[in-house]
Amino acid sequence: MRIRKTASFAVLLVCAALAAVPFLWLIRSSLMRTDELFIFPPRIWPEELLWQNYADVFDIIPFARYLFNTLLILIPVMIGVVLTSSMCGYAFARLRFRFRNAWFAVILSTMMLPSAVTLIPTFIMWSELRAVNTFWPLILPAWFGGGAFNIFLMRQFFMNIPRDLDESAVIDGASFLQIYIRIMLPLVKPALTVVAFFTFMNVWNDFFGPLIFLNEDSKFTLALGLLQLKGMYATDWNLLMAGSAIMVLPAIAMFFIGQKYFIEGISLTGIKG
Amino acid sequence: MSKPASRKIALKKKEEIAGYLFALPAILGLLIWTIGPMVASLGISLTDWQILSAAKWVGFDNYRTVFTEDLFFKKSLLVTFYFAIGSVVFTMLASIVVALFMNYGVRGQAAFRTIFYLPTIVPIVASSMLWVWLFNPDFGLLNTVLKSVGLPTLMWIYDEATVIPSLILMSMWGCGSAALIILAGLQDVPKHLLEAVEIDGGNGWHKFRYVTIPMITPVIFFNLVMGLIGSLQAFAQAYVMTGGGPNNGTLFYVYLIYREAFQYNHFGYASALSWILFALIALLTAGVFKSSKAWVHYGGGK
Repeated sequence: MRIRKTASFAVLLVCAALAAVPFLWLIRSSLMRTDELFIFPPRIWPEELLWQNYADVFDIIPFARYLFNTLLILIPVMIGVVLTSSMCGYAFARLRFRFRNAWFAVILSTMMLPSAVTLIPTFIMWSELRAVNTFWPLILPAWFGGGAFNIFLMRQFFMNIPRDLDESAVIDGASFLQIYIRIMLPLVKPALTVVAFFTFMNVWNDFFGPLIFLNEDSKFTLALGLLQLKGMYATDWNLLMAGSAIMVLPAIAMFFIGQKYFIEGISLTGIKG
Repeated sequence: MSKPASRKIALKKKEEIAGYLFALPAILGLLIWTIGPMVASLGISLTDWQILSAAKWVGFDNYRTVFTEDLFFKKSLLVTFYFAIGSVVFTMLASIVVALFMNYGVRGQAAFRTIFYLPTIVPIVASSMLWVWLFNPDFGLLNTVLKSVGLPTLMWIYDEATVIPSLILMSMWGCGSAALIILAGLQDVPKHLLEAVEIDGGNGWHKFRYVTIPMITPVIFFNLVMGLIGSLQAFAQAYVMTGGGPNNGTLFYVYLIYREAFQYNHFGYASALSWILFALIALLTAGVFKSSKAWVHYGGGK
């Protein structure tokens, strides 16, 4: 048993090293001089750490602007998703209304629908509304339940709350809105946090949406900005890696803040975030 | 009617209305963002529509062209399935291995969890950028390692023969989230079943084969389905890393749709392509579900 444990530890250590090495290569390259990147054989670690590369990224392209744009999308999306997914999760878990299960089943099945099917009409609709190249197409859909995954997740949490809680509140004459705000929401705070974290990651990572809907660089998000950097400085890998690191670090920071909730969320639902 | 009874009916009515009001965002969302566009897209797929001119009804011409004339369609389908199946299978194997070893109760489990999960939260544009650099034939990490141990170097994403395996390798880097899900499944395997195998004289392999594997098949199945649906829609890696090349070797299906719609303005044709993808995914999912009866074990639990 002891030997087996040690052997598993060794195997995991190797796997962990494989998982970590690309990160180290990212940091290493982001701190090198341009000529140092192309020395043969490649150097493992930079001679001196060139933090200037990070500042340069902000000088070359309006990265601060892109960050601001990303936040302009992120914040209203997070509010919309958390608010509406918890409302719908509450309805599907605890209120009895006609065709409830049928609606829920149809909504759940949209998880399997490839987004390419709805993409073109949605794009045409936004362009008819003259809203292409604005943030509306990226924000507004989040206010409609926040997607099947989040509704499902919220519903799972609401189902675990004991039934007599709302029943006794109803007998006391509370309205369903009061029950939702005063009794239910405080009890599902962990779920709200999980949803908020997943939403942060989705918006932060989103590439396809901004690529389709934003076409002026004053409107770009960080993801598009990074792509633009690649277009302009295709071989300056130190700058490209610094730019990538700038995008990765907030996501990692967010992960460490919400680690507990992330792990809870993925093992609860069995779905990748 | 007695008073409490009528009160009960009034309450039921109130609950009905409240239910619809609370679920309204999701119901409206379903109609506005899913069902409406689906119907529209089916209609558009029967037209020749280049955004500036008016749409022209062409019946099933787009579909006929896809199946009989479009050489990119065939190639795209081929590379998409090659990538999807490869990445789902290898990522799943890697995550099962990682989960099994973690389940031995090794020290530092929390640290391992974090390290394996981190790659999955890297934004796709950033990870694509990073991997282009790792794959660099002259100065990248991978060839440096190969050379240092005396192996021949590869062209990775710059050669049609190795580009898909390279992208599969990159997707295996993100096996951590599936590994954690499987680990959660493993930790739910009831101890008494494992002990029962021991009492009957079974060894470690028997425990694994007859208890552990059947117990985690629902988790594997679920991740297989979602993974397949997800990787059949891969786009960003190809867009950022290879531009669909070399020689259309990574012209993933969604990339093909993107190109037809947003670069050539063939909205009708792109809609037809998207419905074919939808049909394929639906068929495939149905097939996997059907096969699941043979190998997925649903225990007495939930």
